[in-house]
Amino acid sequence: MSTLTTTSALSLDLRKRLGDFTLEVALEVAASGVTALFGESGSGKTSLLRLIAGLDRPDAGHVRLGQQWLTHCQRGIAVPVHRRRLGVVFQEPRLFPHYRVRGNLTYGMPRAARGRFDDLIALLGIEPLLERLPGTLSGGEARRVAVGRALLAQPRLLLLDEPLTGLDGERKQELLRYLVRLTREIDIPVLYVSHDTQEITAIADHLALIDSGRLVAHGPLDALLLRLDLGGRLGGFDAASRLYGRVSAQDAHYALTQITLADGQRLRVPRIDQPLGSGVRLRVGVRDVAIALAMPADTSYRNGLVARIVDTAPSTHDPSAQELRLAVGEQSLRARLTRQACDEMGLTPGREVIALIRSVAFEAPG
Amino acid sequence: MLSDAEWQALALSLKIAGSAVGWTLIPGVALAWLLARHEFRGKALLDGVIHLPLVLPPVVVGYLLLLALGRQGWIGHWLQTTLGVTLPFTWQGAAVAGGVMAFPLLVRAVRLSLEAVDPKLEAAAATLGAGRWRVLFTITLPLALPGLLTGSVLAFARALSEFGATITFASNIPGETRTLPLALYTLIQTPGKEAAAARMCSLSIAIAMLSLIASEWLARRARRRLQERDR
Repeated sequence: MSTLTTTSALSLDLRKRLGDFTLEVALEVAASGVTALFGESGSGKTSLLRLIAGLDRPDAGHVRLGQQWLTHCQRGIAVPVHRRRLGVVFQEPRLFPHYRVRGNLTYGMPRAARGRFDDLIALLGIEPLLERLPGTLSGGEARRVAVGRALLAQPRLLLLDEPLTGLDGERKQELLRYLVRLTREIDIPVLYVSHDTQEITAIADHLALIDSGRLVAHGPLDALLLRLDLGGRLGGFDAASRLYGRVSAQDAHYALTQITLADGQRLRVPRIDQPLGSGVRLRVGVRDVAIALAMPADTSYRNGLVARIVDTAPSTHDPSAQELRLAVGEQSLRARLTRQACDEMGLTPGREVIALIRSVAFEAPG
Repeated sequence: MLSDAEWQALALSLKIAGSAVGWTLIPGVALAWLLARHEFRGKALLDGVIHLPLVLPPVVVGYLLLLALGRQGWIGHWLQTTLGVTLPFTWQGAAVAGGVMAFPLLVRAVRLSLEAVDPKLEAAAATLGAGRWRVLFTITLPLALPGLLTGSVLAFARALSEFGATITFASNIPGETRTLPLALYTLIQTPGKEAAAARMCSLSIAIAMLSLIASEWLARRARRRLQERDR
């Protein structure tokens, strides 16, 4: 075991028969950042997470965290759940009903983690809830407590199994913002199971795409979002790509924030509560981008980015649509137009265009 | 109001019923946990054996106890020679008889409440680093507490009312094994003791009612503690 050199935090190669299909996944999870385990319901994501946590036994294969084998079927290694030190946040909060919130939070907390208690509950906004019993919490509050409880046990890896399930739109956005902020603060790798592209584009750095128990694609999320052949899987109708920039100005009167991209181009988006200079990640839906050949004068589109067409392909799921991949400086952006528009405008790779994005199309990110 | 002999019977009954619950509690919870949380060969058989005292005539149970735990019985002989413990015709023997008869009620109540504890909570506790025993004592048993309390009170009441197995195994010795039911039986057999019999009868009813009310109150309190809501 001492000869193992590892650049990844979690390495697994697992096989397990699940009803009518077999889960068979080999995966390396990056040592930092959020890796999304993405796929439709019933694709095996949650089963994979349970195998990693040790809640189920695989038929064959192994799981390694850093230098330690957690599971190794051939060698007969199966570290019990309570010795794995993996934080798990389940789909339901699973708070202990007979402990107050404080008791839940400290249940798995070692002495060494006491110093982190105050910071973490402040970060999660659960300070006022400490003396309440779980039965009195709202869905969003209970999830935040569950996340805090898992983190205070000082895990080496955090597993989140669709933590936003069952929350309504607004609560969902709120918890997502908390999670995005949290995952930037903590220094352990996170595996985030989800079937929602919007969640994933908001939170993930890497993506593992799972379909019917198999790993279909794996890599940095931004690269995968631009792969036109995965379009149908990565959200299809609601596909999106991401742009990175810094907050360069705030407009209090219109509640807008100006973002400057690396190449100096600017965007105006609904207000983001971040100090000047802080980095932000913007999700841009493929249907929110329009293409013009020159900067139009009279239009409600507030954002026009000079871009170059990199390649185009017919949509995988809509015969009328054409997918475009654009270069904006060093960054990439996707757009979806009708095939007719593409042909009539002569949009072919290499052509300089203006990518128009409506300001209101941006979702307030974390 | 009560004669000395009657007080004696009452105190003895409480002592014997209390001891009966005392010695059955841990094996009862352990077996209930085994039945509620595990699948194994012979589970149905074990379940059946535990429930036997509920359906057998108590005299049969008393006779079987006498065979096994009597001075000549295979366990009784060993108890006698190695531990110096004699069970037949002693109050300890009466506690054993009461405990055996109450056992199925205890196991049933505890098992039902253990089955109602969500295994997902136990799994969550394990992911937080809690081993099997910590999960048992901090999650499973506290959440099963209402059933544990009702089961104990039910078993106490059952041991208190035990007659057939007790009289067969421990006999009817004043001050040693003459509990309320046995005292009542003795009074009924004696001409001119109708008033005393009536007092014993009322006393039995009062204790039974008190047990049921106590059980209900305890269970409700424990349940309320689990589902407490802030106003």
